Order: sequence, then structure tokens, then C-alpha cells
Amino acid sequence: MAVLLGGIAFLNLSLFALGGEMKSDDSAKQNKIEIKDFAFNPQTITVKSGEKVTWINRDEEPHTIVSVEKQFKKSMALDTDQEFTITTGAPGTYTYFCSVHPKMTGTIVVEK
Amino acid sequence: MSDYISHDHEHDGIDRRGFLHCMAWAGTGLLWTVSGGVLASRTLAQIAKAGDPLPSATDLSFLQISDSHIGFSKEANKDVTETFKIALDRINAMPTPPSFLIHTGDITQLSKPEEFDTFDQVLKGCKTKDVFFVPGEHDVLNDGGKLYRERYLTSVEGKGAGWYSFNKNGVHFIALVNVLNLQAGGLGQLGDEQLEWLEADVKDLGSSTPIVVFAHIPLWAVYPQWGWGTSDSERALGYLKRFGSVTVLNGHIHQVLQKIEGNVTFHSAMSTAFPQPAPGTAPSPGPMKVSAEKLRSMLGLTSVQYKQGKTALAVVDSNLS
Repeated sequence: MAVLLGGIAFLNLSLFALGGEMKSDDSAKQNKIEIKDFAFNPQTITVKSGEKVTWINRDEEPHTIVSVEKQFKKSMALDTDQEFTITTGAPGTYTYFCSVHPKMTGTIVVEK
Repeated sequence: MSDYISHDHEHDGIDRRGFLHCMAWAGTGLLWTVSGGVLASRTLAQIAKAGDPLPSATDLSFLQISDSHIGFSKEANKDVTETFKIALDRINAMPTPPSFLIHTGDITQLSKPEEFDTFDQVLKGCKTKDVFFVPGEHDVLNDGGKLYRERYLTSVEGKGAGWYSFNKNGVHFIALVNVLNLQAGGLGQLGDEQLEWLEADVKDLGSSTPIVVFAHIPLWAVYPQWGWGTSDSERALGYLKRFGSVTVLNGHIHQVLQKIEGNVTFHSAMSTAFPQPAPGTAPSPGPMKVSAEKLRSMLGLTSVQYKQGKTALAVVDSNLS
């Protein structure tokens, strides 16, 4: 466990492409996370390294996506129907939450 | 008629039906009725102490407005600027104006400069000019509250993320910030720095000093499943335990709820923008859609009266219908 945590802590911004980019890349699979009723759906998503992950807010409340360990750039507040995309980096488990409604948490599992 | 009062929290022997009649007679709302009582007791006091100036340092009335959410334009209320204006009209129509207003946060929907601009513009129409603020999470979305602090802490000495205190008529007011640096999985949070400040702030006050605390998110566990609570509020309340009268006012949950615990009265206000569901009665705490005719009965403001010699402050809600 200590080894795993150490590995995650060692990850830094450079392992994720800059968050928030909106352009689409057809070569990478789009993994969608819908924000609805103050929850991330699916709450845990498993993706391949290098794939994009996109959140879309379907609530009438603004939400944010913030990495618990600050492993990727946080989103601006997303209004209804706004999206936020990151490109995943090194394999590992990444937890995130909404800094406006911190009860909302989610996990991205990045595989090789 | 019962629509005018959601709750009468002052247990002063006036029966509710009689109170409602009084209010109907007063016509414009509750503050006047209560003020009537205050004025009468002032008169008696003056007779008893002939020659004394008006006891302006004793009684006090102020108004709480909350959750104006300027910029919100969804189904639950497509014109929140208008309902905010109506709330201010109600305040302007009061025969005895409140000494000042407090706004318990969520001034805007998305912390946008233009939303703050609209709010400020509309607020200029309020005859009561002194307004004290605390931020809601909607006011500090992308900049940690920088814009909020620049605009709304100009007349007070804000510490840290913007907390402060002041005295009015012998009542000590404490404005707390519990919407910043929130932790994953957690609730509202005050944080160590603010709590240490609070402890020092009240240290030299006599225990008979009435205390009014205001913050955006409730300082009691209203419904933690929806994040309606503050993780370290117990510590804050610990510092206030020795005081004989503590009134804690909040917004955030867009509905009137009250809890009394010893000398502490917790009270949450209605929004001027849209209602939210009662705890646990909907899949999420998002804006609640009600019919146009019902909407204004679920929006409102809160008046608070302090009468010297009475322990509990009178907290009275009135809606916008």
C-alpha cells in the first residue's frame, strides 16, 4: 500500500496533459462522465492511458472537477451542459471531487 | 393569510392566531407588528426613566436576505433579479426600517463580475444602506473569493478568507466563512485559522453579551448527506457555549429550518431566488421547481429583533407573496 501511495504521490502534472482542453481527438476514445443529481456517473471509470475523459454537467448547479492529490489541473465551475476534458497520463488511481459540493467524489483508474 | 408567516419563533405569549390578526392589521409584514411591541415598551421605559434619551443602545432590528443567485435563469425561477428586487421593495416598505441588512451568501450563481454588478445595481435601490456579507460557495467559484472580498469587505476589517466581527447596540456579530478549502467527501468548513481567531474574538466578552453568528452553510448538521452542515462547527460553538444568547443565522438550504439547543438558536433563511427541497425528499438538493403562483410563497427574508432584557432574539420569516 505504501508503495502504491508513493507511486501516486510521485505523479505530477506533466503526466496528465493539460486539463480543460476542449478540442476532440478522434484517435482517442471518449470516456464520458455525466454529472447528474449531484453525483458523478459512473463514479468509477477505467480507461487506458492516453485516453481522454470528459465530464458533462447535467445539473442546474455549477460543479467542478478537482483532483484530490492535485494530479491534474482543476476545472473551472461548469454550468449546465458545460464540459471539461482531460487526457489521462500514467497508470494509477486518481480520485477527484467537486470543490463546490465536496460530498461528490469520483475515481479514474488509468490502465496501461 | 398564513402565507405571511412561516414561523413565529418568539415565545412571548402572543398566540399565533392573534399575532396573524395583528399582522393583517399592520398590513405590510411582521417587522412592524413586532416593532409595535418594541415601541410600546420603549415608551414605558421612558416613562420610568423620564429625561433619558431614547434607548437607542438597547433595541435593535436587522434583516437577513440570502441566496439571491443573480445570474440563475433556469426553470425554477427565470427572473431572480426581479424576485430580489421584490424582497428589497418589502424592506423599503417597512414603516420602521431595519438598522442594517445581512446577506448570508450566494449573491451570484456563478461568481461572474457581471452578476455581482447586477446585484450591486439592484441593491442601490434599497433604502437601508448598511449591508454585511458572508460568501456562499457560488460567490467564490473560480478565484477563491478574491472578487467577493474586493467588493463586499470594504467597510469591515476582514481577516483570512474574509471573516470579521462587529458590535451593534451591545450585540456582538460574527461573520464566518465556511465555503472555502472544502475537503473531498466533507462538508462546509471553518478551518483552524478562523477558529483560533473566533476563540480570541469572543474571549474578552461578558457572557451576557448577545451573540449573532452568520455564515452561509448551516453550522448544525441539517442533512450531511447533502452536505448541509459544517465539519468543525462544534468547535466554534464550544467557544460560544458560555454566552446566554447565541443566534446562528445561515442560508444555503433555501428554506426555513430552526433548531434550539440550550442557549443557541440555529435558523436558516429562505432564498430570494428559488426554493430547495426539504432534506432527503428529492434525489438531490438542486433547485426545486414549483408553480409560478407558489414560487413567491417559498421565497422570502428574515427579520431579527433584539430587545434588551429578553434572552432570545426574535427571528421571524416572511415570504414574498
